[in-house]
Amino acid sequence: MTIETKSSSAPVAKARSRRLPPEFNILVVLIGMALMFELLGWVFEGQSFLFNILRLRIMILQVSVIGIIAIGVTQVIITSGIDLSSGSIVGASAMVAASLAQSSDYTHAIYPGLTNLPAIVPILVGIVVGGLGGFINGGLIAWTGIPPFIATLGTYVSIRGFAKWYTHGNPVSFLTPQFNVIGSGIVPVFIFLICAAIFHVVLGYTRYGKFTYAIGANRQAARVSGINVQRHLIYVYVIAGLLSGLAGIVTAARAQSGQSGMGVGYELQAIAAAVIGGTSLTGGVGRIWGTVFGTLILGVVTSGFTFLNINDYLQEMVLGGIIVGAVIVDQYRQARRAKA
Amino acid sequence: MLSPTTMKVVRESGAVPQATWLMEIEGVSKAFPGVKALDNVSFQLKRGTVHALMGENGAGKSTLMKIIAGIYTPDSGTFRLRGQQIKLVSPLDALENGIAMIHQELNLMAPMTVAENIWIRREPMTKFGFVDHAKMRKLTADLFSELNIDLDPDVAVGTLSIANRQMVEIAKAVSYESDVLIMDEPTSALTDKEVAHLFAIIKTLRAKGKGIVYITHKMNELFEIADEVSVFRDGRYIGTREASTVTREEIIRMMVGREITQMFPKDIVPIGDVIMSVQELTLKGVFANVSFDLHKGEILGVAGLVGSGRSNVAETLFGVTPATSGTISIAGQKVAMTSPQVALAQGMGFLTEDRKETGCFLILDVQQNMQVAVLGGEFVQNGFVRQSALTRVCEAMRDALRVKTPDMHERVENLSGGNQQKVLIGRWLLTKPRILILDEPTRGIDVGAKSEIHRMISQLAGQGVGIIMISSEMPEILGMSDRILVMHEGRATGILSRDEADQVKIMELASH
Repeated sequence: MTIETKSSSAPVAKARSRRLPPEFNILVVLIGMALMFELLGWVFEGQSFLFNILRLRIMILQVSVIGIIAIGVTQVIITSGIDLSSGSIVGASAMVAASLAQSSDYTHAIYPGLTNLPAIVPILVGIVVGGLGGFINGGLIAWTGIPPFIATLGTYVSIRGFAKWYTHGNPVSFLTPQFNVIGSGIVPVFIFLICAAIFHVVLGYTRYGKFTYAIGANRQAARVSGINVQRHLIYVYVIAGLLSGLAGIVTAARAQSGQSGMGVGYELQAIAAAVIGGTSLTGGVGRIWGTVFGTLILGVVTSGFTFLNINDYLQEMVLGGIIVGAVIVDQYRQARRAKA
Repeated sequence: MLSPTTMKVVRESGAVPQATWLMEIEGVSKAFPGVKALDNVSFQLKRGTVHALMGENGAGKSTLMKIIAGIYTPDSGTFRLRGQQIKLVSPLDALENGIAMIHQELNLMAPMTVAENIWIRREPMTKFGFVDHAKMRKLTADLFSELNIDLDPDVAVGTLSIANRQMVEIAKAVSYESDVLIMDEPTSALTDKEVAHLFAIIKTLRAKGKGIVYITHKMNELFEIADEVSVFRDGRYIGTREASTVTREEIIRMMVGREITQMFPKDIVPIGDVIMSVQELTLKGVFANVSFDLHKGEILGVAGLVGSGRSNVAETLFGVTPATSGTISIAGQKVAMTSPQVALAQGMGFLTEDRKETGCFLILDVQQNMQVAVLGGEFVQNGFVRQSALTRVCEAMRDALRVKTPDMHERVENLSGGNQQKVLIGRWLLTKPRILILDEPTRGIDVGAKSEIHRMISQLAGQGVGIIMISSEMPEILGMSDRILVMHEGRATGILSRDEADQVKIMELASH
């Protein structure tokens, strides 16, 4: 807002161009990073980083699962909550879905009577498992009033335990080709982008979305405005759980097996993607496209470091710095905006 | 120019030049993107005086105060403290130069004790480098006895009332041996008795030669406590007057640049049938057996001291804290008021007392803040918000209420208090309520916006809305209400009609 715009003859047009969507900055960072690796690629490796379809494909594939989870986590964080259980839900959903997706070629199936089921069965059951996990999170938070960090820390441990208990730690293999389709090729990327598009619309244009922002911005005011805060929080955590469940199915289909250790550490990567994408941990602020770009930044960095043959451990060290740096920059931007 | 640290040395050496003015500000300007908050403003403070600052919200008082307190740095102008030109770079800097600000939003750490809050960063230490709690307690007790404050230094600040927290803030400011104390609407949440105590403390401070800058919206305080008054309007300095000679009308004229002929424009409208009937409403431990009827088109004022249970009754009526016993009937039907959703469905609206805590979504924009209570209704189809239609009605509401905002996408935290309040009133008007509960609808709002809001309330009553209006301001209650319910310590002590009510009767009912 400047004095000039006020006196301008076309304030509306000015107002629009002035307000670039907040995720524009994140896109700039994403492009900047990609270009940086492109340049480093020519300098050190003598080849292009970006103009390599295979590399791009692997890069996006790698982060699609994180992206699907991050879409749900973004919504949770907008309500000023947190979800630590998503990685564990991935494991549980992968196990349960895989156990119902086994082919009859395998003689030691978990449920010998339930082999060769149509793929839709394990898919739906896997998603429902995620939804149940989310419901437990939401219920604990809404009805007992314990902090989301504690509630989901508990389910983080318990749901991982469930995933291990389900087959006593054994992997579940020999899945039907039909089921494996959802993890093959670039199908996971499509699933990620479709979910992103859906929830972009949901957050921006539905009552659910408006309530989500309102609760995060001021829970007490939301309550007095007639919003059923408890019920809404349950919805948000269930949706986050459903998305984690979906991510679990994709993970199992990609690996063509279910393993109880699947998704370890995903919850933190998903939170990182959301935070890099401009979602504020204090609530009320955040957009899905920001999270999508945040996810892609994670992908570009990981892929770029591998491309430059940088040591894995060093990669992790730098990644941590990027997460913290993103929040510092964002906080600075927020402060400037609040003053304006 | 002396640097702040040099100033500090000068101050501590005792060699402070005895300048005529404690503080002189000349030609100070400060611009924020889009708004010139202060334009060539001058201000002078004498030793041993209380200098009131008045002006509508957005007049620039708060910006000037923040410059004095080192929170903002001015774009231009000079600032002299005790005759020495200085430049403050931070609030800490200001404190060390003897300038302390008591903020409207109190800045205390609730879980820590009174003594810890006062001596934070300056804790007395034992020789082993541990905090000397005994000494800290003693220092606090001494400070309190000097100021005639009766508080236990060891209780957590979070357990204290607003008034007592304010006392702690003042004691803290005094503990810095500040010469300049800035108070930003210190009485806005205090009862009359507490205000009297505060004024006694201010007079003590004045007698000690401190200069007190006192921001207020309340005219009667001005005549009671201030020696001088400076008026600001739209970021400009209008003038300074002696409080003993100036008239109320003159100040209002200076503030608004026009005469406000009628402060409380309550129209006489026909009172209709009973729209809400409350019987023996009780919230255990908070208030008991409150009964009254509210008619269509009636403004029922609720008076009583802060803490008398007024706001609790309002919250219970709206289902925020459901009653433990008693009944609420709306249009003859008993309603189990178990949540705000039920109240909303019954056509009720509730403007809460605390704009920032329970009203505004500060980080969201004007549009989002206004529309939130109608997202249950006609503007939502299959879960999708019909945003363009909704934006149109919100814009119409903004224009009708004359909300000053650059556009609907401005964050509400960037609006002035009066405009925030209008946005919240707009929120409830959009729901087309049958019953509207207003808790302190004009607290902390300038004179112009105040009379606009009063006109709005009056108009709503004219349209047949039943209105419950809680207020601490006696003229507002007396001027606006058809009947007045008075509360004291969780009980309704009486209902007065407009004709029989006066200040004395209300105070009698409110104090025993």
